[in-house]
Amino acid sequence: MSEAVLETKDLHKSYGKGSNRFDALKGVTLSIGRGESLAIVGKSGSGKSTLMHLLALLDRPTSGEILLNGDDAARLKGRILNTTRNHTFGFVFQQFFLVPNTSVLDNVMLPLKIAGIGSRARKIQAMEALDALDMSDKAKSNATDLSGGQKQRVVIARALVNEPSVIFADEPTGNLDSATGAVVEDILLDLKKDRGITLVLVTHDADLAARCDRSIFVKDGLILEQELSA
Amino acid sequence: MKFQDILTTAIASTFRSKLRTTLTVVAIFIGAFTLTITSAIGTGVSDYINTQVSSIGATNVMTVTKAADASSSTNTGPKKYDPKTSGATTQGRVQGPPTDTNVLTASDITKIKPISGVLTVAPSVQVSPDYIQAPGHGKYVMSLNDNAALTKADLASGRQLDNSTSASEVLLPTTYLHNVGFTSAKEAIGQSVTVGITDYAGAQHVVNATVVGVQNATLFGGGVSANTALTNKLENVQATGKPATVTSSYASATITFDSSSSPAQITALKKALADKSYSAQTVADQLGSFETVINGIVGVLDAFAIIALIAAGFGIINTLLMSVQERTREIGLMKAMGMGGGRIFTLFSLEAVFIGFLGSAIGAGVAIGIGTLISGALAGGLLSGLPGLHLLQFAPTSIATIIIVVMLIAFLAGTLPARRASRQNPIEALRYE
Repeated sequence: MSEAVLETKDLHKSYGKGSNRFDALKGVTLSIGRGESLAIVGKSGSGKSTLMHLLALLDRPTSGEILLNGDDAARLKGRILNTTRNHTFGFVFQQFFLVPNTSVLDNVMLPLKIAGIGSRARKIQAMEALDALDMSDKAKSNATDLSGGQKQRVVIARALVNEPSVIFADEPTGNLDSATGAVVEDILLDLKKDRGITLVLVTHDADLAARCDRSIFVKDGLILEQELSA
Repeated sequence: MKFQDILTTAIASTFRSKLRTTLTVVAIFIGAFTLTITSAIGTGVSDYINTQVSSIGATNVMTVTKAADASSSTNTGPKKYDPKTSGATTQGRVQGPPTDTNVLTASDITKIKPISGVLTVAPSVQVSPDYIQAPGHGKYVMSLNDNAALTKADLASGRQLDNSTSASEVLLPTTYLHNVGFTSAKEAIGQSVTVGITDYAGAQHVVNATVVGVQNATLFGGGVSANTALTNKLENVQATGKPATVTSSYASATITFDSSSSPAQITALKKALADKSYSAQTVADQLGSFETVINGIVGVLDAFAIIALIAAGFGIINTLLMSVQERTREIGLMKAMGMGGGRIFTLFSLEAVFIGFLGSAIGAGVAIGIGTLISGALAGGLLSGLPGLHLLQFAPTSIATIIIVVMLIAFLAGTLPARRASRQNPIEALRYE
């Protein structure tokens, strides 16, 4: 395995104070290699989502370190942090989070718009991403009118459009039936294989986890065990 | 995110919930519409007054009257009786019947004359002609404008009165033409008319005059104006048979002062007159008090419009708070994708400003449309007696000011929701159900 994209050292995260204090993470040390697919598996409340948010630099740990490409992520602040997140990460969510009543193309272009890319360039890039997911014919459609599977493809196109090095997928198949879910799984794992994008997948589905290179099982804020897939 | 993209996104967002945006825009529309109309009335009236003042052109003229008697003051009640100064003794001192203390007499004129700054002083002679008649037509009741010889008329046709000639000249107001027997202003010029007047003894006399011009009716009355020669002739005729014991008295006198006087010099002159208990008003003063009343009314209307706009501002706050609530996840998503809080703030502020712009631009536009129609209808109908008065006048600067002020109010209203949006935690926002 190549060098680590993301590393954590003794990560703690707690919410609240005093008697209300809740420790979501109690010391997680983890290394994610470039181009690896990692499944974070756990029940709800296990701390798997908290771990993903910390890895995606959406939240800061109470203690411990996160290294992004070997650099301390705690040093990234404000605009630089925003730019880093915009350039490095892509997100796929269970609830899709498509902007309602806007076109598929506009949704896919959103990360590029935030990055400040000109309208002509971002249209070309977004169409390429939609093409890769066989969704280019739906570019002008209203995002709200699509089926679940189509929506998740659009979301993947959006996660892909800024050519990120890591894609975070939070229960990507949770809202889909098993057939469409399987298609979406294939797409995500192919991205990893074809483009070398690191995939961090949060799920409670053991079958999906088994298709990743490596699975970590989280319980009560700690990594219970790690398992390399065959 | 580029500013242009933020702007287009903000505009697109306002159109996403059309009904809500429309209702908020309507609220702003009402305020902006009212404000545009009231400011147009203010502009129209003051513009008309300025035209009147400049057309009169008599900027070096003051009308002097006896200052109102202090005993009739309404604020402090009657003053204490003092045998030395109060009425009864005054009457005792003057021989003959009691005189009206509020009129000017020949002795007042001689008192005014030496005051420094006064170039000439002339008592306003009260001449009351009975009728005016054009050859071959009937007799019509005639009223004569005071001080016409001193002022410059707003002419519809012909020329101004010549006060140095010995020929009798009159200016007819446009409203007299039809009855007296002229079909148009042009036709009246050069025609001779006869003026009937009754003397002191009750006998009626006739004086001939030539129409030299036709004037638009003004705020100073819509009567006939006569030149000095005609006024003097009429005065002489009127005084025929007047007993020598009756002294002439005048309601007012007209003084002229140096036309290059500074406002401070004019004020000093007024003060000098006030010290001798005369009150003096320039033409601008007389119109100014009229304008003050109009400005007061417009100010009250403006205040109502501003209140409407402030209420509309709360409408914007409400709309945007709902929008922020509704788009919690969208905001969370944009933040997760690396959009900074400042940009989110700008996005929602611009939405507010755009709503403000829509409301004010549509409001001002509709106000201009409707106002122009109303103004045109009024000028041709109800206000046709005051030619040149366009009640509603839309000045581009004041309309631009209104739109900018409304957009500013909208921006201020938008800061609260925008701040809430910009402070959202992306994780909380994405978890929001």
